[in-house]
Amino acid sequence: MALLVYYNYYVVFFLMMAGFYMVIARGNLIKKIVGLNIFQNSVFLLYISMGKVSGGTAPILLAEGGHYSNPLPHVLILTAIVVGIATTALGLALVVRIKEAYGSVEEDEIYAQDKDA
Amino acid sequence: MIANNLPALLVVLPLLGAPLCLLFGRSRLAWLIATLIGWLGLAISVALLLRVRDGSVLHYAFGGWAAPWGIEYVVDPLAAFVLVTVSLIGALVLPYAWRSIEREIEPEQQALFFPLLLLCLAGLLGIVITGDAFNLFVFLEISSLSAYALISLGRDRRALMASYQYLIMGTIGATFLIIGVGLLYSLTGTLNMADIAERILPLTAKNTLRTAYAFITVGLALKLAMFPLHLWLPNAYAYAPSAVSAFLVATATKVALYAMIRFIYSVFGVEFTVAQMHEDWLLIPFAAAGVLIASIVAVFQHDIKRMLAYSSVAQISYMLLGIGMFSVAGLTASLIHFLNHALIKGALFFALGAVFYRIASTDIDAMAGIARQMPWTMAAFVLGGLSLMGVPPTVGFISKWYLILAAIDKGWWLLVMLVLASSLISVIYIWRVIEAAYFKERPAAAPSVREAPLALLIPTWLLVAANLYFGVDAAHTAGLAGEIAVRLMETP
Repeated sequence: MALLVYYNYYVVFFLMMAGFYMVIARGNLIKKIVGLNIFQNSVFLLYISMGKVSGGTAPILLAEGGHYSNPLPHVLILTAIVVGIATTALGLALVVRIKEAYGSVEEDEIYAQDKDA
Repeated sequence: MIANNLPALLVVLPLLGAPLCLLFGRSRLAWLIATLIGWLGLAISVALLLRVRDGSVLHYAFGGWAAPWGIEYVVDPLAAFVLVTVSLIGALVLPYAWRSIEREIEPEQQALFFPLLLLCLAGLLGIVITGDAFNLFVFLEISSLSAYALISLGRDRRALMASYQYLIMGTIGATFLIIGVGLLYSLTGTLNMADIAERILPLTAKNTLRTAYAFITVGLALKLAMFPLHLWLPNAYAYAPSAVSAFLVATATKVALYAMIRFIYSVFGVEFTVAQMHEDWLLIPFAAAGVLIASIVAVFQHDIKRMLAYSSVAQISYMLLGIGMFSVAGLTASLIHFLNHALIKGALFFALGAVFYRIASTDIDAMAGIARQMPWTMAAFVLGGLSLMGVPPTVGFISKWYLILAAIDKGWWLLVMLVLASSLISVIYIWRVIEAAYFKERPAAAPSVREAPLALLIPTWLLVAANLYFGVDAAHTAGLAGEIAVRLMETP
């Protein structure tokens, strides 16, 4: 039972490490960005899980003694999602320009080209 | 009204100025607005420093929401000191950039430069001034995202890969930081740094706290290019336009370092970081290795910009050494070097930018014999180089002096020798440039060059003059750094 209580956190850290591994291990620039996205999104899940109060509802106007989840982590994650989108967009824009300049999105081919030059 | 809102204005002005500059495109007006905001920022920072000079702390509740709930801006002497350093470099880079980017950025992209630089400045100032852990992450990302874009403006196609690499490493660092902040929040239920510091005191045995600490330290170490997490730095600073390199090298890593000091000393507290996490065992060996290895690698670089970038890794390691000593003397040395390194590297990169303006290269072979045609530029480089080596009466000497005193104070003679050895190595790599520029003949085939324009020389020489001034009259900077260090060591 104790294992299942932390079910969310297992998912979070599995995704986190999977994304992180992808960033490090892949040579394809686009796949790296996908990995980076998975990595960031796992952190969003972490925040959202910890704000949830079991049995709680959304924190809108409640009758006396209402039971609601903590909205702050959820709001923080809205900000973090915006940051994540900006990072992804910038990363992909860079990949487009790298493709224009080198004609490739594979890391090793790009480094090989610079070595020859 | 304005006097009460200075902390907010400092960040809001560049943030609003950025889109305004974009509207005016590549015109004199955009440059004028950016420069005006840069100098206003410097004036505000100095005003804030004067106000907290007596050791008081300025609290500013953003939007009128009281502290633990709303976001709070906190200006204490440490923050004010770093704010002045950052905005001083910002104020000098902006006038310098007008002529410098003419040669170094494609014409159709030049309009992006000033908005991006202002955004980066806003982010960096925000990191320093905020008292809220999550807000710090947001500002860190504002400054980093604009820094990636600024680096990719470089004309060399390798700038694109450098920027991409920095984006990947920087995002990993920032994500580590929010994981840590999230764990801290789940433990304490607050994001206000002063509040966190109070609430974790009874929780120091918790594993969640240790994990949060590990994530935050590693995340910031990535951002500040601590050896061996510095791999993004040399390429990013070598291929970025000179004005960008000068700005980032003098401010970006230093602000990340400031964030690290904040977390280690003010949030987690010396008691926890040293007694429980043995932070000194992490910082000292890596910093010592960084000082030596980065200096040696710098000697073998052909591109002078890349050489200076490696030298920056070594200089950051000096500051980490001071932080890792966990003593008043060490922290004082580290804080003095904050300002001094900004002045030294700012001057050197400005001088290199002026060289690039005329010969379109910073390769050591291309610089052969140019000192005869560009005497003022190269003289500035030599004075900056002397300061980097630590020759009196320059600021570099003051930094090294305090760092060595701090090491002797601890009785770490090996470290004293290491610092001296690395200074000697810096003599070698600066000498290579002097030898090429002064003692080699200009190749017959090379096109003739002229002295760099005054718009580039004046900011360069202002920084060189600051190098000499603060080297002779170190009482103010050293006194201020000492007071801040005492305060930081006192906080529980």
